[in-house]
This record gives sequence, structure tokens and C-alpha cells, in this order.
Amino acid sequence: MTDPRSRPVLRESYAPPSAMPRESTNLGDILERVLDRGIVIAGDIRVNLLDIELLTIKLRLVIASVDTAREIGIDWWERDPWLSGKDRELVEENRRLRERLNAVEERLLAWEDRVELEPGESRYERPGDQADAASAGTPSGPGTHSGPGTRRAPGTAAGAARRPARPRDTERDRD
Amino acid sequence: MTDHAPAGTTRPPPPSPADAPRSGSGSRPGQGVYLYAVTPGEAPYADEPHGGLPGGTRGDLRGVGGGAVRPIARGGLVACVSDVPLDQFGEEPLRRHLEDLDWVEGVARAHHAVVETLAAAEPTAPVRLVTVYTGDDQVRNLLDRRHDDFAEILARVAGRREWGVKAYLRRETARPAATPSEERSAPSPARAPAEPEGGGPGAAYLRRRKESLRGREDLWRAAAERAEELHAALGRLAVASRRHRPQDPRLSGRSESMLLNGAYLVDPAREEEFAAVVAAHSDRFLDAEITGPWAPYSFTMIDLGSDRDGGVR
Repeated sequence: MTDPRSRPVLRESYAPPSAMPRESTNLGDILERVLDRGIVIAGDIRVNLLDIELLTIKLRLVIASVDTAREIGIDWWERDPWLSGKDRELVEENRRLRERLNAVEERLLAWEDRVELEPGESRYERPGDQADAASAGTPSGPGTHSGPGTRRAPGTAAGAARRPARPRDTERDRD
Repeated sequence: MTDHAPAGTTRPPPPSPADAPRSGSGSRPGQGVYLYAVTPGEAPYADEPHGGLPGGTRGDLRGVGGGAVRPIARGGLVACVSDVPLDQFGEEPLRRHLEDLDWVEGVARAHHAVVETLAAAEPTAPVRLVTVYTGDDQVRNLLDRRHDDFAEILARVAGRREWGVKAYLRRETARPAATPSEERSAPSPARAPAEPEGGGPGAAYLRRRKESLRGREDLWRAAAERAEELHAALGRLAVASRRHRPQDPRLSGRSESMLLNGAYLVDPAREEEFAAVVAAHSDRFLDAEITGPWAPYSFTMIDLGSDRDGGVR
């Protein structure tokens, strides 16, 4: 992705057609088209080739004859665990963990909402100051009496920090 | 499917006189035949090595890795190909290369440049990236077997161009709508006690956060509706339309959310109108932009299935 800049504005791009190759054309747009559209002539080798790091687009490599391909030593797809599905379990486990993570995050948000809407429900009331108690009432022990700045952490800061470390969305390509 | 070759077409062709060594068996060790696109056309004349490619592109069209693009003609169709080394495009090396985005970019741009040049001159059916055959014979064979499919696709796109329309949530609007209460109340805590629920800074924070989320949701909903309208309006103008998955910011290169990623096959007579509709939908919710014209990538999406039965007969 060496050319991440966005396309020119409307009028500029609505220019007369040109046979000149335009190097400036957004790489994402090009990849989307050349990888994902057009005619798929699937040969005998129908390979969901890989998940390109940034683009998560599958490629299908097509070679006319599988026999010819074998003759010249092209048979890696038969050994590749990703393609032969041997790592399904890992992917599945990954998916389950992510679902659990999402559920936890949702519950956290829902809990925040409830604190806001129904301050009286808090079990951590301080006499004479319901609302303050509600905002500070964190049932999970540590950090109970810290202000909103700290409470933000589990929902946003930590979540943001965690995201980049997530494994790539390989499962999406399996759908 | 051999009954499609018109009588006038040379069946046992000297398909590419300039490349005599290849025309025998149709394959050379170490070389693959990279297919870019299929266009209508006849077999080239013997004195025109690159004749048969669409007008204006003869002789100097270079493809992936700088290879000369040449035609393989059969039955009124021309497959536009170039030779590629199998030490790069065989499957094992290809697998490694495809993980290298710089390499992919080079191939994608070269592929696209060829397709674009062809499409500017003739109806063109682009073929997916890295469709590699082991020899010219296999490509001829493909044109024989799939003649009707290619002919149908080419007829559909002839004389029309594909335009892309991408519509983003407009960021300038999103920002003020999402954070006004935050901006207002942060410097003046005196406002907080006036809020109906009262409460300390914690409750106020939560409330602001919730408002901000609600504002963003409303905005999103309004913008999404506008995007739907836009797509519908463009669809009425176009000969055909397709909606693609909105691009991830990493792909679009823009951080705003993409709400519409449409492709439209448009008759030339309606292109002005088409552009006007897009412009009219660029408003305080949506930032709509046109890309193109493209070769009809989105309207040649067809899976021609397995070629197993058709390898080398």
C-alpha cells in the first residue's frame, strides 16, 4: 500500500477517458478489481491462496492443467495446512475467544449504561450522595473509588491497545 | 465447443509469427502464458506481429514484468497474453511473492494498465489477476470451449463504461455532532449540576459519552439512508449496477467509514446525468466520489468453473 492517498474529488476524476495508465490510481481500487472481480477462469487448481496481510483478499491461482502443474512440481496446495484445513481447530478456537471477548465488552458497556440511567440501583451508596456513588461504583473491587478517567480504561484504552495484537481475520475468508 | 470458429478464421493458425518457436507445441519450458483479458477480434495478419490487439496498442503494449502483450486469436475472440517466467509465476514462487505487497502491487498495476488500455479501445472482458497457462494451446483451447460465455459477456459490456462510486460518512459533520456536549461542559463544570440527573463528574462523563454515541448513531443512520438513495438513483440511470463490500480504511486510504461502494455500467449518453446525481448526493452527511472510468471489471464477474475436462485434449 504505497499509494494510500484518496481519489481526487468528483470533477477531477470525471475526466475524459484516457488510454494512459494512471499510476496515481488508488492501489486499493485496483487490487479490489483485479483480485476480486472480472472473469474467474478456475482451472483444476482452485486455490484460495492466501490472506494478503493488509487486504485480506483471496487470490485464486489458475493454471490450465493440473497434470502439467504437477509435472513441473506445482503441488504445494496439497501440503499446505492452511489450505488443507488442518488448522481449522485453531481458527475455531480463535473465533470462540473473540466471541467471548465481544460478550464481555458488551456487558461492560451495558453496565455503564445502567449505572447512568439508574443511579439508585448501585449497591455502593454513600449516604446523601446517590449519584456520586453511582458513578464511582465499580463492583469489581480495585479502582472502585477512582474517577471516570480510570474507569474509561477497560472499555476504551485497553480495547484499543488490544486490537492491533489480534490475529488477522482469517476466518472471514472462510465464510 | 469447436463449432464456433467462423470459416474465415484460420484454425491451424500461425498465431504469432514473430514468436515462431512458441507456435509449435504452444509451450516453452520455464515460461508461462499470463492472460489479461479477452476481446473480440480476428487472427492477426502475418506481417503484423501484434496485430489483432485493439487499435492503438500494437506492438508496444507491455505487461507484467515488461513482457510484450500479444494476441492469441480464435473464433472471433482474442486472448491478450504475455509470457512470464515460471520461476516467478509457478505456484511455489508465486505463493511467496503474493505475500509481498510490493510485488503484488507491481503485478496488479501492470495487469490493470494492460486491461485499461485494451478497454479504452474495445469491449474487454478482464480476467482475474495471475491467471497463468502453461502454453498457447491451452489458451486456444479455453477460447474454443468458452466461446459462448466470452461472447455473451463482451456483448453486455460493449460500448459502456464502468464507474465506481464511493460514499463516505462526512467527517466534518461527524465531529461536531459527536462531541458538542463534551466541548461545552468540559470547560464549564458549572453546567453539570443543572442537568436533570445531577450527579458528580463520573455520572456527567457517562452521560456525555452516551449522548455522543447517540449523536453519532443518528448521523450514521441518516448518512446510510442517503447512501441507499444514491445507490438506487444511480441504479436507475445505469444499465447494470453492483454493490461491493465497503472498503476497509486500510484499503480505501481514508479513515472515514465507507457507506457505499458501488459500481455502475453506464451508457455514454447518460454519463453526465450520472455525475450530476453523484454530485447532488454529496452533502453534509455524505462525501460521494466517482472513480473511473474502469474496464468493466464488476460486470464481467463470472466463474467459468473448472477447466478439468478441457486441459489438453
